[in-house]
Amino acid sequence: MSYPEKNKPKKKPVGLAILFGIISIVLYAVLLDRQDMLNVHFAKGGMSAFLPIITAFAFSYVHGNFTGHFWTVLGVEPSKKKKEVK
Amino acid sequence: MHDLAQAASNFIDLNTANIIYLFLVGFVGGLVSGFIGSGGAFVLTPAMMSLGVPGLVAVASNMCHKFPKALVGALKRAKYGQVDIKLGIVVGISAEAGVLYGAHLQENIKKAFGDAGSNLYVSVAFVVVLAVVGIFVLRDAWKTYKSGTQHEEEKVTKLARWVQSIHIPGTMVYFKSLHAKVSVLFTIPLGFATGMLAATIAVGGFVGVPSMIYVLGAPSLMASATELVIAFVMGLGGSIKYALHGLVDIRLAMIILGGSLFGIQLGAIGTTYVKPFMIKVVMGVIMVIVLFSRGLMVPVYLSQLGLIQTLSDGTVKMLKTTSFAIMIFALGLGAFIVLKAMWQGRQAEKLAAQESLVHSKA
Repeated sequence: MSYPEKNKPKKKPVGLAILFGIISIVLYAVLLDRQDMLNVHFAKGGMSAFLPIITAFAFSYVHGNFTGHFWTVLGVEPSKKKKEVK
Repeated sequence: MHDLAQAASNFIDLNTANIIYLFLVGFVGGLVSGFIGSGGAFVLTPAMMSLGVPGLVAVASNMCHKFPKALVGALKRAKYGQVDIKLGIVVGISAEAGVLYGAHLQENIKKAFGDAGSNLYVSVAFVVVLAVVGIFVLRDAWKTYKSGTQHEEEKVTKLARWVQSIHIPGTMVYFKSLHAKVSVLFTIPLGFATGMLAATIAVGGFVGVPSMIYVLGAPSLMASATELVIAFVMGLGGSIKYALHGLVDIRLAMIILGGSLFGIQLGAIGTTYVKPFMIKVVMGVIMVIVLFSRGLMVPVYLSQLGLIQTLSDGTVKMLKTTSFAIMIFALGLGAFIVLKAMWQGRQAEKLAAQESLVHSKA
């Protein structure tokens, strides 16, 4: 089936979704597998405060990309009508 | 705080059921946050506490999931042109000051009146703020619906027009969401109130979003998206504060984040399908239902303080369970409205696309 150039369906980011999905699963597996060790180091307070903050940023980057691509792959995308916010 | 930090080292054991529960509550909370800019936290903190997590650890862990969630939501909605970063940062910084003052006030109330006094203060703040703001927002949404003007551009309120007309030299800043310059002497108290509410009831957006709409004159979609920037600024500052005392349970925060990032992406996508007044509908409905939930707890705290007749253990338990169930219902109903509005928007768009295809073929 051929489409006019502007109506061509966009290629779905399946590869990226899988890549970020795998990294996300690894991060969560480490989090739960090493929870005893993490609880000790992350709850020390003081200078260790940067550990939960950095972890939160890392998870938000990886898992945020995964969840974004996940919905795109499933076909849940924003409205095609360009919404002008006035 | 040091003792509390020691107590926090006794983080709870997590089992599969707990993980699934937190993930699901996180998802629904994220869905609502992605749509109205806030919400979810009022359920997440009690949800964690219902698993045996100490109060402060629950607040700290909630805060640590909030800022990365808000970051992802803000970036997503910025792609749709809905975020006013400058307004978010300006209000966010003053909100941070409000959070610090609010937390300080809470500590003083706790010292003077104990846990029951502190809980009573939180519940009364909930009831008063949600009654005033929630009913106002819902009434406005209803008026828009009844007048059939929901398709039209939102009107700037008289109050916002007055705020925008005041020129105080040296304090004026241009905000793209308002298409106007506004004195920071107006945005600072609004941010401060947002932060104080965030420190008290965990959902600053219940003041932040309506104040951006009705006091500053921002469109609903931009106000709710900009609230995510404010939540990021407040959440990051709050998380650092709690992490310095070792109160963040990173496992809880990341599990909730796991669910909420699925939700926030969906909620953000939902905003592109709905009419702006739907933001007010969802926010107003949640606020009014939560108001009843917290109102139920007021007699419990009054009884603990000896201000009314002592309630039996059975009555207290029943009130607590009902209050929590109503909160879950509020969040669930909010999520249902978001999903339904999104579904209808998608269907309408598909239908329009099919019709235009038929016309072009004809």
